[in-house]
Amino acid sequence: MLKQIFAVTALNLRSIPQRWGMSLATIIAVALVVSVLLAFMAMSNGFSATLSGSGSDNVAMVLRKGAQTELNSGISGEQIRLISEAPGLSRDENGNTIISAELYVIADGLKRSTMTKVNLPLRGVGKNAMQLREGMKITQGTMFASGSNELIVGEAVIREFAGFDLGQEIRLGPNTWKVVGIFSTGGTVFESEIWANAGVLQNLFRRGNSYQSVRAELDGADGLEKFKQWAENEPQLSLDIQTEKQFFAGQAGSLENMVNFVGWPLAIIMAIGALAGAWNTMYASVDARISEIATLRTIGFNGFSTFIGTMVEALLLAFIGGLLGALLAYLMFNGLSTSTLSAGFTQVVFKFEVTAQSVQSGIIMALIVGFLGGLAPSIRAARVPLTSVNGG
Amino acid sequence: MNTNTPLYELRNLSKRYSRGGENIPIFDNLNMSIENGDFIAIMGPSGSGKTTLLNQLGGIDKPSTGEVLFEGQRIDNLSQGQLAKWRSANIGFIFQFYNLMPTLTAAQNVELPLLLSPVKKSERRARIATALDIVGIGDRAHHRPRQLSGGQQQRVAIARAIVADPKVLLCDEPTGDLDRTSADEILKMLQVLNKDMGKTIIMVTHDPEAAKYAKTELFLDKGEFIRRERK
Repeated sequence: MLKQIFAVTALNLRSIPQRWGMSLATIIAVALVVSVLLAFMAMSNGFSATLSGSGSDNVAMVLRKGAQTELNSGISGEQIRLISEAPGLSRDENGNTIISAELYVIADGLKRSTMTKVNLPLRGVGKNAMQLREGMKITQGTMFASGSNELIVGEAVIREFAGFDLGQEIRLGPNTWKVVGIFSTGGTVFESEIWANAGVLQNLFRRGNSYQSVRAELDGADGLEKFKQWAENEPQLSLDIQTEKQFFAGQAGSLENMVNFVGWPLAIIMAIGALAGAWNTMYASVDARISEIATLRTIGFNGFSTFIGTMVEALLLAFIGGLLGALLAYLMFNGLSTSTLSAGFTQVVFKFEVTAQSVQSGIIMALIVGFLGGLAPSIRAARVPLTSVNGG
Repeated sequence: MNTNTPLYELRNLSKRYSRGGENIPIFDNLNMSIENGDFIAIMGPSGSGKTTLLNQLGGIDKPSTGEVLFEGQRIDNLSQGQLAKWRSANIGFIFQFYNLMPTLTAAQNVELPLLLSPVKKSERRARIATALDIVGIGDRAHHRPRQLSGGQQQRVAIARAIVADPKVLLCDEPTGDLDRTSADEILKMLQVLNKDMGKTIIMVTHDPEAAKYAKTELFLDKGEFIRRERK
C-alpha cells in the first residue's frame, strides 16, 4: 500500500510544473493569508511584550478608585502625604518610604513616518522616579534640573517622533522646553514617554498640588497586601492598588482584543478566498490527470492511494505558501518599530515580534486551507470512473 | 481450475445506459466463452459496444445484468477493491493512446504494475529490463514518453502490460494511433506474445488488417455477435 501511495504522490508532485501558474497562485494566496495573520500576531506579540515587560512586581501602582488609566486618575497632595506613611512599603536609610508621585499629561508630537499629530505622554516625576524603574539609565545628556523647563525623553520617542533630538528646544503645552537627556529602560513602555519635573508641570498645567498616580516600592512579598489593607481602612483614601506589572498586563488587553476581533476574522475571510483558490487548483490538477488516474486505477492502484496523492499535493502547496507567508511576515514586520494609541490615549512605541509560536499558528492555518481545499478534489480523484481510461 | 473450464465465460451479458431518462441498450444477452491462449479480434462499427465489452472483461465496468466468469469464478460481483487486486494479478491493458505517465521514464512506467506486488527492487529492475528487451526498446529505458515515437510509446505500454506476467492482455485499438509500419510491428509483437508466451489476447479494433493477426475474429453489431471465424 505504501509503495502505491508513494508512487501516486510522486506522480502528482512531478506534474506540478505542468500547472505552475495555478499552483503558484495557490501558494501566493495562502502566503498572503499567513502573512496578514502573522502581521497581526506580531503586532499583538510586540505590544504585549512591551507592556508585560514593563513594570515591576516590587512596585505598587496607586490610582484613584475606578480609574483605569493614569490619565483619568487624580490623587491630592494630602493623600500623597498619607500614602508616604503607609505600612508595607520599603524605606530608605533615613526611614522614608520610596514613593514617586507623578503627573501624566498629554502633549502633542509629530510622528516621523506619517508627519501626523499624535498624543505623547508627558510625565511629571520627582526624585525617586528613576529608582522605581528597573534598568533605567540616561544614555545621552543628563537628568533635567529640578524646577527647570528641561526634559528627558525615551529612546523610542527619538526613534518615532520628530523634534526631540538632544539639545533641541520644543514647545509642549504652554511652555518651551529643552531636551537635555535621553534615557533607556530596556524596551519597556516608559521609553515612549517624555519626562519633566512634576512641580513645573503642576504649575504649567494648573494642577495645583494634585498628582495622578503614585508608585511605591513594596517591602517584601506581603508588602502589597499590607498596603492595600491599610488603604482600605483609611477613610481619607479611595484608591486602586496593584503591582505595576499587573497594571501594564491589564493595559495590554486592548490590542490583544483587536487582534482577536479584527486580525483573526480578517485572516479567516482571506483564508476562505485562498481555500477557493486551492480548491480550484486541485480540481484542475485532478481534471488534467483524469486519464492518468484512471490508468493507474485500471492497472490495479486503489482509490485511497489516488486520494492521498492529491491531498499531499494540496498540503504541500499550502505548506510552501505558509512558509513563504511566514518569511514575508518576518522580513517585512519582525523588529519593525511602530506606535499605537494605548489605553491611556497616548502613543506606545513597540516592535513587531514574529515569534516561533505565531509562525506555527500560521503554518497550521495554511495546512487547514490546504486540507479543506484539497478534500473534495481528492475524493474526486479517488472516484474517477475507470472507464475514463478509454478516453486516451 | 477444471481443465475444461474456459478462461472467460459470458452468460446473458447485457449493458444499458440511461440517458435523459431513456434506457439505451448497448448489447443484450451476449453469451460467449474465451479459451486460454486465444487471440481474439473484436470488430464492429462505432457504438457497437466493443470497448464496453472489453471493459466488462477487464473488470473496469460492470454489466447491467448477466455474469462474467474468469476461470470459473464470477468477477462481475466483486467489490472495487477486489477487482483492483484481480486486475493487477491477471490483466495487462494496452490502450490506443498508450496512457503512459508523461513525467515518468519508460522504465518507471513499466515498473508501475510491479509496485502492486511484493517484488523486491532488484527483482523489479530485472523484470523491467526483460520486458523492455522483449518489446525491443531496452535502449530507451530512461527516455520519457515525449522523447519517443508513437510506435515506441506503444511498445513501452506493452512492456508495462506484460511485466507482471498476467494471463490476459486486453487491447483497445492498440494500433489506432499508429502508421501502418508501426502498427504491423506492434501486431507481430502481440502475435509473438500469444504464440511464444501463451498470453490470451483480446483486441478491439475497427481495422480489418489488424484483425487478420488474430486467431479469431468476432463481429459485434446491434448488440450481438454476427460472425465468428476461427482460423
